Amino acid sequence: MQLAMTVQKNFGAFTLSADIAVSGDRIGIFGTSGSGKSTLVSMLAGLLEPDSGEIILDGVCLFSSARGIHLRPEKRRIAMVFQQHSLFPHLNVRNNLLYGYKRCPAEFCTVDFDTLVAVLELEPLFHRGVTNLSGGEKQRVALGRAILANPRLLLMDEPLSALDDSLRFQIIPYLKSVSEQFGIPYLFISHSLVEMRLMTDTVLAMEKGLMTGQCSSEQLARNRMGQSSAGYINLLELSSMTERDGMCAYRWQGGELLLSAGNRETTAGLFELSSKDIILFKKHPEAISARNLLHCTVAGLFESGAKLGVEMTCGAGTLVAEIVPDAARELAIEKGSVVYAAIKASAFRRLAAATSQTRP
Amino acid sequence: MIFSSTDYDAIRLSVQVAITATLVSLPVGFGVAYLITFVRFRGKVLLEVLVNLPLTLPPVVVGYLLLLLLGRNGWLGSLLNTAGIRIIFTLKAAVIASAIVGFPLLVRSLRIGMEGIDPQLINASRTLGARWHDTLLTVILPLSAPGLVAGSSLMFARSLGEFGATIIVAGNIPGVTQTIPLAIYEYASSPTSETMALSLCIVSVAISLVVLFLHEVMAKKMARKE
Repeated sequence: MQLAMTVQKNFGAFTLSADIAVSGDRIGIFGTSGSGKSTLVSMLAGLLEPDSGEIILDGVCLFSSARGIHLRPEKRRIAMVFQQHSLFPHLNVRNNLLYGYKRCPAEFCTVDFDTLVAVLELEPLFHRGVTNLSGGEKQRVALGRAILANPRLLLMDEPLSALDDSLRFQIIPYLKSVSEQFGIPYLFISHSLVEMRLMTDTVLAMEKGLMTGQCSSEQLARNRMGQSSAGYINLLELSSMTERDGMCAYRWQGGELLLSAGNRETTAGLFELSSKDIILFKKHPEAISARNLLHCTVAGLFESGAKLGVEMTCGAGTLVAEIVPDAARELAIEKGSVVYAAIKASAFRRLAAATSQTRP
Repeated sequence: MIFSSTDYDAIRLSVQVAITATLVSLPVGFGVAYLITFVRFRGKVLLEVLVNLPLTLPPVVVGYLLLLLLGRNGWLGSLLNTAGIRIIFTLKAAVIASAIVGFPLLVRSLRIGMEGIDPQLINASRTLGARWHDTLLTVILPLSAPGLVAGSSLMFARSLGEFGATIIVAGNIPGVTQTIPLAIYEYASSPTSETMALSLCIVSVAISLVVLFLHEVMAKKMARKE
């Protein structure tokens, strides 16, 4: 997908001015609430007309103030997944799914209805009304409905923000796999850095109606480490949990991590660990209360605000710790240095179980 | 309580006028409510004022203005007269009077129904490939159903009770334009016909009760469906 978008829109107190040139199939738009993300995607979908500018998607001009072009939303083939699902309450699940499918011009209709229904596991819901579905079920139906419209681009406007954490990270694999399987590029809008890293490759950052940068989602997370109260979030896939001395021992990248007892519900899953929760030692400490002490090699250092990020390889895995420049001098840390990383067992937070017992 | 044939005519005409006025007004009312709710245009306030005007005017004034408009020498009446169409003192005039007086109630209910529709549903429909008229028929119309039912019931009930505008523009001709309220008026003017007036009142109350009961049942059914 190639998108070139130069648009301006004035709302009186708020002005949006965006200049975007981006290509890729997993693009993110990141920004805080009120930064203009939703306005931008509304203009891209044709739901809002810019005051001036031009929008070109894959060589097709969707809008041009100079040439007087404003393609109507139904002609753009850009489907949306909305924050509040926006399923039609007067139609059952099957008819919601068929809404866009029936209206798709035959020459573009490549997504097979039955295949998509199977992938999203929607058949058991077919004859149910949409108002009494769970949040996760609603979002799967909304995703299926959008994909079945066979769009050239899928816009996901904060599709996870209405869901609680556990559901959110169960839905992400569906969002990713469905659009990848059916070859539909997407633009993912969110104010969550973790979601951005899990869902996108390239991120466009927005602030107060302006584009402030374009980089990889990983780079964005590192850039924002110094100014974020949560620091840099390490995302760890842990597996094969066994109970030991009242704690949970998980396998991670050829090594082992001890987590507190509260994590015994699942045998594997995605966990987060803040860069702030990792303490570095130059030498092996004699005794320490933290239950995890990893032998690591510094792979690189990066600056982020007043902080210094330390990227380390620990066995086959990678972790990022956060220290102040004074600490870096004391520890004489540089690329290739050996350090010991201490992590408390309670510092890990489970985002999602790897094998869910029930569908979201 | 033995009704004369003119009483039966009055009951039939009342129901006929109320049903016709409601059916004729529905598509127009839906269009006006759609314009006011979803379309931005200049003169919207003026349209809203005009739609609601019959609600604030005495029905007699509405009737008199209609007489001026549709009368033989009226602006529209003279045109219709040359085409051989007579409105004044016919059942058509009674329908027009009822439609105009009940129209604001219909639009108001439809508008409340439409304002309750989440705009994102309309956006979703458009991005899923529906043209505006497709969205209108497949999303806005079904979701406006509660407003449609409420508005139709109110309009029907208002038409059933319409008196002031009807008597001026349609007259009080038994068997032709005489509806229940006009028949009651005639009976009430005669000192010996109190019982007949009361009988027609009971019929009027019964019809209204049936309509309101049906409205409640349909509204509850729709609420359950949601």
